[in-house]
Amino acid sequence: MRASEFVVQLRENLVIALDVIRNHKMRSFLTLLGVIIGVMSIIGVQSLIEGFQKSIHQQMEQLGANVFQVQKFPVNIGHDERDKYRNRKDITWEHAKAIEKYCTAVERVGPEAWHFEIIVKYRDRKTSPMNVMAGGTPEFFANNSYFIDGGRAFSEVDVQQKADVAVIGKDIIDALFPFEDPLGKFILADGRRYQVIGTLEEMGSRFGNSEDNKVVIPLSTFLKYYGSYRSLNITVQATSVDMMETAQEQVIGVLRAVRKVPPGEDNDFEIWTSNSLIKSFNDITRAVRIGALVIVSFSLLVAGIGIMNIMLVSIRERTREIGVRMAIGAKRGDIRMQFLIEAIFLSVIGGLFGILIGVGLGQLIALISPVPAAIPVFTILLGFVVCVAVGVIFGVVPAVKASKMDPITALRYE
Amino acid sequence: MMIELKEINKDYHLGLETVHALRGVDLNIDNNEYVAIMGPSGSGKSTLMNLLGCLDTPSSGLYMLNGSDVSDMDDNALAEIRNREIGFVFQNFNLLPRASALHNVELPLIYNGTPSSKRRDLAEEALTKVGLKDRMHHRPNELSGGQRQRVAVARALVNNPSIILADEPTGNLDTRTGDEIMDLFETLHDNGNTIILVTHEEYIAEHSDRIIRLRDGRVERDEAV
Ligand SMILES: Nc1ncnc2c1ncn2[C@@H]1O[C@H](COP(=O)(O)OP(=O)(O)O)[C@@H](O)[C@H]1O
Ligand SMILES: [Mg+2]
Repeated sequence: MRASEFVVQLRENLVIALDVIRNHKMRSFLTLLGVIIGVMSIIGVQSLIEGFQKSIHQQMEQLGANVFQVQKFPVNIGHDERDKYRNRKDITWEHAKAIEKYCTAVERVGPEAWHFEIIVKYRDRKTSPMNVMAGGTPEFFANNSYFIDGGRAFSEVDVQQKADVAVIGKDIIDALFPFEDPLGKFILADGRRYQVIGTLEEMGSRFGNSEDNKVVIPLSTFLKYYGSYRSLNITVQATSVDMMETAQEQVIGVLRAVRKVPPGEDNDFEIWTSNSLIKSFNDITRAVRIGALVIVSFSLLVAGIGIMNIMLVSIRERTREIGVRMAIGAKRGDIRMQFLIEAIFLSVIGGLFGILIGVGLGQLIALISPVPAAIPVFTILLGFVVCVAVGVIFGVVPAVKASKMDPITALRYE
Repeated sequence: MMIELKEINKDYHLGLETVHALRGVDLNIDNNEYVAIMGPSGSGKSTLMNLLGCLDTPSSGLYMLNGSDVSDMDDNALAEIRNREIGFVFQNFNLLPRASALHNVELPLIYNGTPSSKRRDLAEEALTKVGLKDRMHHRPNELSGGQRQRVAVARALVNNPSIILADEPTGNLDTRTGDEIMDLFETLHDNGNTIILVTHEEYIAEHSDRIIRLRDGRVERDEAV
C-alpha cells in the first residue's frame, strides 16, 4: 500500500470507527468500561504516588542535604524486626559529645530524644493526645529547620540547669491560648509543669501529619523526667554538602571506637540521610505500584476480551458491508486494517477517558485530603501505548476473521 | 475484445456432491456492448456474473479481461481489477446505511488512494450523471428505492470502469422506477459504457442489444435483440 493510500484509508477508518461508537453508545461504553477502569486506576495511583514522592523530595531537601542522623534502630522497620536491634547499646549524649569533639568535618551535633502522644494542658484547656515532646540542645532548632517566631529558644544555660522551659508549636498555642499570649505562662505537658519561653513558626504538615504539635524542652530536662536509659537520635550537620561522606566516615569511626565495636563487625547503630529515607519510601511505592499493575493487567485483560467480543459481533452485523467493500476493490489487508484500527480506536477512546478520570480523581483526592497529587506524564503516555497494544492484541483475531470472508457469501448475508 | 471466456467451468463442492454451476461457457463481449443474461433460476447467471466481476475465479478455463488473464490471479490483484475495471450494481443496492450518498459513491476511490478533494469532485460528477446531485448529503434511508439504486449506479461509475455489471438491478423496484433505472443504463450505454445485466424479465432484457440465455450452466442461446 502506498503512503497516500494508507492516509486516505486511515482517515476513512477513523471516521467509520467514530460512527460505530456513536451509533452504539451503550454497547461501546460497556465494552470500554474495563479499559476505563484499568487506565483510571493506574493513573490515579500513579498521580498520588508521584505527588507523595515530589513532596517527600522537597521536604528532604528542606531538611538539608548536609544533614544526617545517627540512631539505634533502622528507619522504617516493622515492630517485630525491632527486637533484632533491641540489645544494641543505646546512643547517649556522651556519643554526641565525642562526635563534636573529634569529627572535623562536622559543623553541628544535635542529640535529640522524642516522646510521643502527650497531652498538654493550660488551666481548664487541654489538647488532643497527639502531641509530641522533643528534648534537644540549642542546635535542635537549626538542625530540624524549626524557626522561633516569638520569645526565644532555650540556651546552653537552660540545658545546664535542666530548666523547666518549653518552646511550643502552633497547634498547641491554638488549642491552649486562643485569647492570650502564651509567653511566660505555665503549661502542663505530659503531667509536668513548664514555662513557655518561645513559640515556633507555623510549619504546616509533612507527609500528611501536622508538624506544629511539638513541645521542645532542653535535653537535660527531658532526661531528668523520662530517664537517661533511652537511646538518643543524633542529628549531625556536615560542614558542607561536599563533606557529607567524610563527615559520615568520621562519625562512624568515632562511634565504633567509643562503643567498642570490634574490627570486622557491623556497625551497632544506623546512619541515615534523607536519601536513605527516600530510598525506603521508593521501595514501598514500588510495591504499591506492582500491586496496582497486577490489578490493571487483569482489568485490561477483561477489557481486551470485551473488545474482541464486541468486534466479533460488529463484524457479523456488518458482513454485507465487508462484502460491498471487497466488491468495490478493498483488499483483504484493507479490511484487516479497518477493523484493527477500529479496535485500537475503541481501546484508545476508553484509555483517554480513563486518563481523564484518573487524573481528575488524583487531583480531587489531593484537594480534599492532605495527600498531594501530581500529573504522571510518563504513566499517561504508557497508558496510551498500552491501550494501543490492547487494541492490536485483541483486535487481531476479529480483523483477520473479517479479512478472510468470501466476498460473494458476505454480499448474500442477511 | 474486452471480455473473452474460453471453456469456463465452475464447480461447487457440497460435501461429496459436486454442483456444476457453469459447464464449458465460451463468450466474447466487446467494448460498449449492452448485454442481458437470462435463464431460469439455478442456471448459473449469478455464478457467471461473479466470475465476470472477478469476485471469484473459474474451476477451469480462461478469462481474458482487456487482454490480461485474470483466471488465476491472486486476491490482491483481483481486488485491484475490481476497483479499476468493474462497477457492480446489486439487486438490493448494497449501500452503506450510515454513509451519505456522496460518501457511498466515494468509497471505491478510497481504495485506490484518491485524495479527498479529487474524490469529492469525481463523486459529485457521478451523482450528477444519475441526477442526484441535490441529494448527495442524504443517507440511503432518506432516499427512495429508485434513488438508492441510482446512488449504487453512481458508485459503479465513479472509477470509470470498463464494465458495469448489474445482477437484477430492477428486482427490488416497481415497474416505473425500474424503467427509470433502465433509461439510466440506456444513457450510460449511449455515452460509451459497457453494460452486462442479469434479469428475469423479457421487457427489461429488451432494452439491451444482445441476450444470452443460460440453461444448466451452458449458453443455450446468444442473439442480438
Ligand atoms: N456458493 C455455492 N455453493 C454451492 N452451490 C452453489 C453456490 N452458488 C451457486 N451454487 C449452485 O450453482 C448453481 C447456479 O447458481 P446461480 O449461479 O446462483 O444461479 P442463478 O443466479 O441463475 O439462479 C445452482 O445450482 C446453485 O445451487
Ligand atoms: Mg442469481
